[in-house]
Amino acid sequence: MFEYAPAPESREIVDIKPSYGLFIGGEWVDSQGENHHKTINPASEEVLAEVAWATEADVDRAVRAARAAFTTWSALPGSERAKYIFRIARIIQERSRELAVLETLDNGKPIRESRDVDLPLVAAHFFYYAGWADKLRYAGFGRRTTDGHSGEDPRPLGVAGQVIPWNFPLLMLAWKIAPALACGNTVVLKPAETTPLTALAFADICRQADLPPGVVNIVTGAGETGAALVNHPGVDKVAFTGSTEVGRMIARSVAGTGKRLSLELGGKAANIVFEDAPLDQAVEGIVNGIFFNQGHVCCAGSRLLVQESVADEVLDALKRRLSTLRLGDPMDKNTDIGAINSAAQLAKIRELAEAGVNEGAERWSPACPIPERGFWFPPTVFTGVAQSHRIAREEIFGPVLSVLTFRTPAEAVEKANNTPYGLSAGIWTEKGSRILWMADRLRAGVVWANTFNRFDPTSPFGGYKESGYGREGGRHGLEAYLAV
Amino acid sequence: MVGLETVRLVGDAGEVSTTTAPFAEVASSNAALRAFLHGLPGVDRVGADARAAMLGTRSIKTTAKAKAIDLAISMVDLTTLEGADTPGKVRAMCAKAVHPDPTDPSVPRVAAVCVYPDLVATAVRALDGSGVKVASVATAFPSGRSSLDVKVADTALAVAAGAAEIDMVIDRGAFLSGDYLKVFEEITAIKAACGPAGGAQEGEHSAHLKVILETGELATYDNVRRASWLAMLAGADFIKTSTGKVQPAATLPVTLVMLEAVRDFRLRTGRVVGVKPAGGIRTTKDAIKYLVLVNETAGADWLTPDLFRLGASTLLNDLLMQRQKMATGRYAGPDYFTLD
Repeated sequence: MFEYAPAPESREIVDIKPSYGLFIGGEWVDSQGENHHKTINPASEEVLAEVAWATEADVDRAVRAARAAFTTWSALPGSERAKYIFRIARIIQERSRELAVLETLDNGKPIRESRDVDLPLVAAHFFYYAGWADKLRYAGFGRRTTDGHSGEDPRPLGVAGQVIPWNFPLLMLAWKIAPALACGNTVVLKPAETTPLTALAFADICRQADLPPGVVNIVTGAGETGAALVNHPGVDKVAFTGSTEVGRMIARSVAGTGKRLSLELGGKAANIVFEDAPLDQAVEGIVNGIFFNQGHVCCAGSRLLVQESVADEVLDALKRRLSTLRLGDPMDKNTDIGAINSAAQLAKIRELAEAGVNEGAERWSPACPIPERGFWFPPTVFTGVAQSHRIAREEIFGPVLSVLTFRTPAEAVEKANNTPYGLSAGIWTEKGSRILWMADRLRAGVVWANTFNRFDPTSPFGGYKESGYGREGGRHGLEAYLAV
Repeated sequence: MVGLETVRLVGDAGEVSTTTAPFAEVASSNAALRAFLHGLPGVDRVGADARAAMLGTRSIKTTAKAKAIDLAISMVDLTTLEGADTPGKVRAMCAKAVHPDPTDPSVPRVAAVCVYPDLVATAVRALDGSGVKVASVATAFPSGRSSLDVKVADTALAVAAGAAEIDMVIDRGAFLSGDYLKVFEEITAIKAACGPAGGAQEGEHSAHLKVILETGELATYDNVRRASWLAMLAGADFIKTSTGKVQPAATLPVTLVMLEAVRDFRLRTGRVVGVKPAGGIRTTKDAIKYLVLVNETAGADWLTPDLFRLGASTLLNDLLMQRQKMATGRYAGPDYFTLD
């Protein structure tokens, strides 16, 4: 065996402060409360920094700062706003190595992914929406020209309260902040309590870019801070990415307030492999679908639907491939599977995996040594899974794949759609007409064909049913931040 | 699907010398061959490119890098295939093959030298007793545009002169026109011309057969997969990407597809076939990417000069330069490495 020597990325490049305050009105301010929490490296349980958990009064202060900034920011010509957003995008590129290291330390994802996937996409999102800032009248929202008269230019909504999850901390920030700023809104963003560090680094980037004070405000904290933000009467727009459970609570509390709401929630995506698929690439796609980012992906291909005629062949190839996955130190450049983000998430994954065994599915994992400290879960495949099993219905949000089989395309569609979710789906076949036939019938916001988990700022992303509503990305993503 | 035994049929020259039980009927007609080759799973280009690119990001450092450099040196087929080749040029290259770095005896020798048939005898004399093998291109290399008789004679010439390995080219015209049986039969004929199967008998010579697919002319990865299987079914000991005379020559994704083919062929027949990317591999970084590709695709069993080769000429000096850098911490100038 060709053993790869350790190839750790250096952490010298990041400068983590012992404690962080809140970023409000362009300044670092102390929380008015006493509540401080430690954020840790999930791969080692080492404490990285202490952050404030913002109180209702802190959130109020942030929303007021955003409201004050809105008047001037929204009045700027689009081309001027674009300059700031382009500048942010360039600074992100320049500081990408630092941000990737910080993301990996705080989140536990492999450095290869934060370096090659997260950071390039973060910069691309800011570049993309910077380009829209002076072209909003051509985006298809507002300024009607059918009767020969030009109407009103589309207007921003006001102050956006944004709450993001821990799985792609900086990327979710980019998905939220870039379109909001391009459309002329100001924002108050709350990062997840376990992964606040890159959002705080982003606050520094806003200062570096000379972004006017109050346009972007970052308040750290947990659920209570998030609730204070979405319930604040000064917020015009709520954008949330996270669990369906919390999404439901937010929808209830926002109902009747006149606030605009977009939700990007859970998923239980089907990755459908037909017998005429390009099998080697399909196996890669299955791996990328569920083991990318430790399966902490809302659109993860967590249900493999494989045509029964090739099921054994695909599973043999999949197991062989999984035994080459490298689990371990996320900072090692050769690591494929990093750490589970938190002890709580690990407990949830374990609980669902146990349920899978108890309900009669067969559990398999490759032999892979698990580090002693930190939160880890080996890549796991369940075969013999039935639609009625919990592991086929509930979102696990971990590196656990449930394998089901089907016989015909119609059965594949039926099983794929038979879920309360509808965020994404994958189709693997060399037959183009079948791709189109399937895509027409799958009730999922994104349908990938012969690939999986590919993202691009030009492509809208969002869900059906309990996966949420509203779209992020592309021209469609502007609608969530315009008064249309 | 796994564990089917290899069946060796000892036959006269011109017959299929090595075939495998599950595929005994595959070459019974052009239609049967076509049905089989077109029944192989397709290759999605975007996915194959992405997988090769991802493996290209593996970071091979310190002890792993030192080991990889020595392994790569031992896998080099040091090659000269120029119209201007002379016995003097070949002798110089052979000296380099045996002692790549005259100042450092710990450097392993390369796997083989690769020359045109008329220079095989020169190379054999120069390498006598060194353990470095002599490979010869044959079959109207590089285009393969001649009659089967000429190709067989070309091969026989090289084998008679002492070549231990024959690098033949397939008839890409026949392949692209769908005449798979012609390609198959040519390979079996050349295999026969390489000598009796199952190793040389007393006083008799048998050469290993590498089959060059010239993937740059096959163009699609589906074709690369089909040509790989075609060559293996016909008895190839190695499948090789390129002549080095056509661009693009070896690429990582093409080699990935070929490594998947040899891996699957072993699963289904038990027979192990080697892979040789050739052309365009110039740097240590490139070479290490290929080793990672082998390691994570076909598996570590293939990480031996018996089953993986790198066809190259200028690569060797870069490997030596990086090797010395690993040992001393400094780069020596190009004049400290011999140009042969």
